[in-house]
Amino acid sequence: MNRNRILFGIGVLAFVSVIVTVRLGGFLVDNEYRQPDRQVAAQEEQGEAELTPRQQGIADEQAADEAEAQARPYEEAEYRTVPFVGSRVTVWVLAQLHLLFAAFVLAVPLFAFIIEFVGYVKKEERYNKLAYEFTKLLSVSFSMTATFGAFLTFGLIILYPKFTNYLMHIFSPTFLPYVLLFFLEALFLYSYYYGWGKFGPKMHLFLGFMLNIVGTAIMFIANAWLTFMMSPGRRDDVDGDGVPDFVSAVSESGALLSLRDAFFNFTWMPINIHRIIANVAFGGSIAAAYAAFRYLQAKTDEEKAHFDWMGYVGNFVAIIAFLPLPFAGYYLAAEIYAFSQTLGIQMMGGTFSWLFVIQAALIGNLFLGANYYLWLGMGRMEGGVHFQKFIKWLLIAIALCFAVWATPRYAISSVSEIAAMGGSSHPQLSYLGQMSAKNTAVNILILSTYMSFLLYRRTGRQSVHPHRDLLTRAQAIVFSSAAALVIFYGVYGYYVDAAIRIRFAIPQVYSVLAALVVITVIDLPLYRNAAQSGETKWGRMPAVSQYALIFIALSFTWLMGLMGYVRSGLRQEWHVYGVILDTSPDAYTPTLGFATQVVSVTVLIFFGLLGVVFWLSSLGGKKDWEPKPVADGRDQLEGGQAA
Amino acid sequence: MWGLNLPIVLALAAIGGVLAWRRAHTLVWLLYTGGALWAFFRFGFTVPIPQSVATIYLGITGLALVSYASSSRERLAETVQPIQRLILEPRYRLALAGLLVALPGLAAYNAYADLTMPLEAPGFGREIHPPPPTELTVHDETIDMATAENPYLHYKHDDPELYGKHVENGRRVYYENCFWCHGDGMGGDGMFAHGLNPVPSNFNDVGTLPALQSSFVHWRIAKGGPGMPAGGTPWDSAMPAWEKFLTTEEMWDVNLFIYDFNGYEPRALGQH
Repeated sequence: MNRNRILFGIGVLAFVSVIVTVRLGGFLVDNEYRQPDRQVAAQEEQGEAELTPRQQGIADEQAADEAEAQARPYEEAEYRTVPFVGSRVTVWVLAQLHLLFAAFVLAVPLFAFIIEFVGYVKKEERYNKLAYEFTKLLSVSFSMTATFGAFLTFGLIILYPKFTNYLMHIFSPTFLPYVLLFFLEALFLYSYYYGWGKFGPKMHLFLGFMLNIVGTAIMFIANAWLTFMMSPGRRDDVDGDGVPDFVSAVSESGALLSLRDAFFNFTWMPINIHRIIANVAFGGSIAAAYAAFRYLQAKTDEEKAHFDWMGYVGNFVAIIAFLPLPFAGYYLAAEIYAFSQTLGIQMMGGTFSWLFVIQAALIGNLFLGANYYLWLGMGRMEGGVHFQKFIKWLLIAIALCFAVWATPRYAISSVSEIAAMGGSSHPQLSYLGQMSAKNTAVNILILSTYMSFLLYRRTGRQSVHPHRDLLTRAQAIVFSSAAALVIFYGVYGYYVDAAIRIRFAIPQVYSVLAALVVITVIDLPLYRNAAQSGETKWGRMPAVSQYALIFIALSFTWLMGLMGYVRSGLRQEWHVYGVILDTSPDAYTPTLGFATQVVSVTVLIFFGLLGVVFWLSSLGGKKDWEPKPVADGRDQLEGGQAA
Repeated sequence: MWGLNLPIVLALAAIGGVLAWRRAHTLVWLLYTGGALWAFFRFGFTVPIPQSVATIYLGITGLALVSYASSSRERLAETVQPIQRLILEPRYRLALAGLLVALPGLAAYNAYADLTMPLEAPGFGREIHPPPPTELTVHDETIDMATAENPYLHYKHDDPELYGKHVENGRRVYYENCFWCHGDGMGGDGMFAHGLNPVPSNFNDVGTLPALQSSFVHWRIAKGGPGMPAGGTPWDSAMPAWEKFLTTEEMWDVNLFIYDFNGYEPRALGQH
C-alpha cells in the first residue's frame, strides 16, 4: 500500500479518536446524577431549578478559591521549583549547554581566522577553503548559543528570582554593553561567513579579527558575573605590608560597594585565561569530530581527503591548545586556594578531590587518543614504517604516566584492604599519589605527545639540511635533558620538604616548555624543503581513526562539564560565596555519582544537538532537490508535496 | 624487596624472557602483557593493592594494548591473523571448540566469583584537614574565617616585647594542656598519642601549620573534635573543645606559640 495513504489513514484515525473521546466525555458529564426528572422539570418550569450536590460543591469550591485569591497579598517568590528534576539540575543543564555552544562559537573563529591568515600569507587556496569549512559550523551554533542563553536567563528569572534580581542589582551597568557587543558579534559573524569571497582578503581578515575581539569581550563580561559568585571582591595590598588583602566588592548585607571590584574580582582573570585556552582545545576537537563525521559519510576520494585534512588540523589545534591547559588549570586552582582556604581544601582535599581522579583518567584518555591518532596518521605517508618501532616505547611511557596520574593518594578501599595496608594509603603506591609523581607524569606525557608529533611530521620525509645529523643530535640532547631534568626533580622531590618540593614544579614546567620551543625552532629549518620519500595520501585513514577523533571530542566535553561542576559546586550552600545564602531545597551538595550522571546526560544532549548542527551544516554541500522523472514525462511529486 | 612479591615478579619476568627469546608473535605478546599485568597487580605486591586502583590500572592496560594492536594497518593485520586462522582453518577446529567453551566458562566463573564474594562493610576515607566553616563564633565573638588573623601576630614587627609575652603565655598553655598528646617537640607523639585514633597532629610537618591560616588553627583549638564536619568523620577526633577551658586570648597565644616554636608563619590570605 502507498505510504502516503497509510499516513493519511493514521491522521484520519487520530482525528476521529479525538472527536470520539470529546463526545464520550460530554456524554458522561451530561448523564451525571440529578434530582428525579419530574421534580427537576417542575422546578425548571417554575424557574427555581436547584443545583445538583456536585454542581453545588464545584460552585462552592470556585467561590472559596476566588475569595482566597482576592485576599492573598502580593508576595515576591524566592524560589520556584521544577517537578521531577528540580530547579538546580534544570539550571545546571541549561547553563552547561549554553556554555558548551558558546565555547565552540568563540573558539572556531579564533582558529578559522588563523588558518585564513596562514592561507593569505602562504597564498594557498586550500587553507582558505578549510577556514570556510570551519566557519560553516558557526551559523547554527550561534543560534543554539543564543537559544540556550535565553533558556538559561528565563530559567534563572523563573526559578531563582530573588538571586537573579540581586545579580542584576550588582551588574546591571554591564548588561547594555553586553547586548551591544552581542549585536556586534552577530554583525561580524554573519558578515564574516556570508562575506566569504565577497570582500577583499584584508577586509575579510579584518572582519574575522573583529569577530574574535568582540567574542572575547563578551566572554570576559559573562566571566565577571560567574566569578563574582565565587569571589566577590579583589585582591590588593591595602595596608602596604606586602601581603595581599581581600577587598570585598559588597557590604556585609550584600549592597554593592564597587562595581569595579565586583567585575575585576579575584578569580576573573584566571578564568579568562583558562577559558580562552580551553575553548580553543574544545573547539578544535569538536571541529575535528565534525570532519570525522563527514569523513565517515564521504563517498568520493576527494571528499575523504578534504575531511581527513580538516580532522587533522582540528585535532592539531586541539592538542596544541591542550598542552598548556594543565598549567592554566593549576593557576586557576592556586588562585581559588589563595582566595579561600575553605574552597581550596574542599576542592583538593575534600569531597571534590575525588572528581580530580576522574579528571586524571579523562586527561590520560585524551593524551592516549591524541597520540593514537598521530600514530595512525603515519599510515598516510608512503615509507612510514620506519618510525613504527618507536610507538611501543612511546605507548609504554604514556601508559605509565597515565597510571601514575590516575593513582589516588588515598584509595577507595574495603575494610579488609584498609586493614592489610594499615591505613587508607598503600605503602608503595601512595608515593605515586603525591605531587612530585603527578607533576613528573604530566610533563613526560606532554613530552611524549610532542615526540609523537615530531615522528609524524618526519614520516616519509628526509631532511636535506647540510647539518642535519648535528641538528638532529642537538634535538635529541635537548629532549633527553628535559626528560632527565623532569625525572630528577620528580625523584628529588621525595627527599626535600613540601615547601621546597612545590617549587620544583616550576623548573619542570620551564624545562618542558623550553624543550618544546628549542626543538621546534631547530625542526623548522631542518625539514624545510625536505625530500619526500613518498606522497602524503590524505583520505587513507582507517575508520577507527575517525572514531578516535569523536572520542577525543567527547572526552573534552565531559571534562568541561565535570570541571565546571567542581568550580561551581565548590560554593556549596552559597549563591554568592560568603554573601548570599542558598536557602532553596536544592542547597545541598549532590553525591559524586549523581553529579557525574547529570554531566553525562548533559554531554549526551549536547552531542544530540551537535548532530543536528552537523547535519544542518552539511546540507549546503548536498545537491539541490529535483523532481524524479517518470515514464509518462510528468514529474512525480515526492512526499505528497508540490514542488 | 620494595614491597614486591619477588617469586611472582621473577616468574612473570622469566615468562617474558622466554617469549623474547622465542621471538613471540605480536598477539602472544599482547596476551602475555595483559595477563602478566593482571597477575602483577593482583599478586605482585606483599601488601595487595586495593581493587579500585587495580581496576584503574587494568583499564589503562586494556586501552594501551588495544591502541598498540590497532595503531597501524600492518600491525592490526598481523595481530588478527592468528585469530582468523583459528576460526577459518579446519585443523584448528578442536582448539576453536575449546575456546568457544572456555570463553563463556570464564565469564560464568567471573559472575560466580562476584556473587560469592564475602560481603564487607565499605571503608570510609577521612579528611585530615576538613574544610572550615566560613564564620566561627567563640565566646560570643564571631570572626570571618577567610580574613581573620591572629590578633597578636602583628606584634612580631610592631612590638617584639609584647609579642614575646604572648608567645610565653602560649608556651605555658601548651605545656599545661597540649603536650600530653601533641608531644614535647610537637611531633604528634605525646604520651597519650598511641591510644588515640586519629593520631594527634604533627606540628613539625611542613604540610600542616604553613598550609593553614591561623583562623583554621583557632577553629580546631576552640571547637576540637565534637561537631567536626562530615569529611573529618567517622573517627571523631579526641581533641577537646578548648573554648570551654581557655580564654580567647589564651587560645590565640597558644596558636602563636606553636607557629613560633616550629619557625613557621601562618598562611596568609591570598598566599599560594
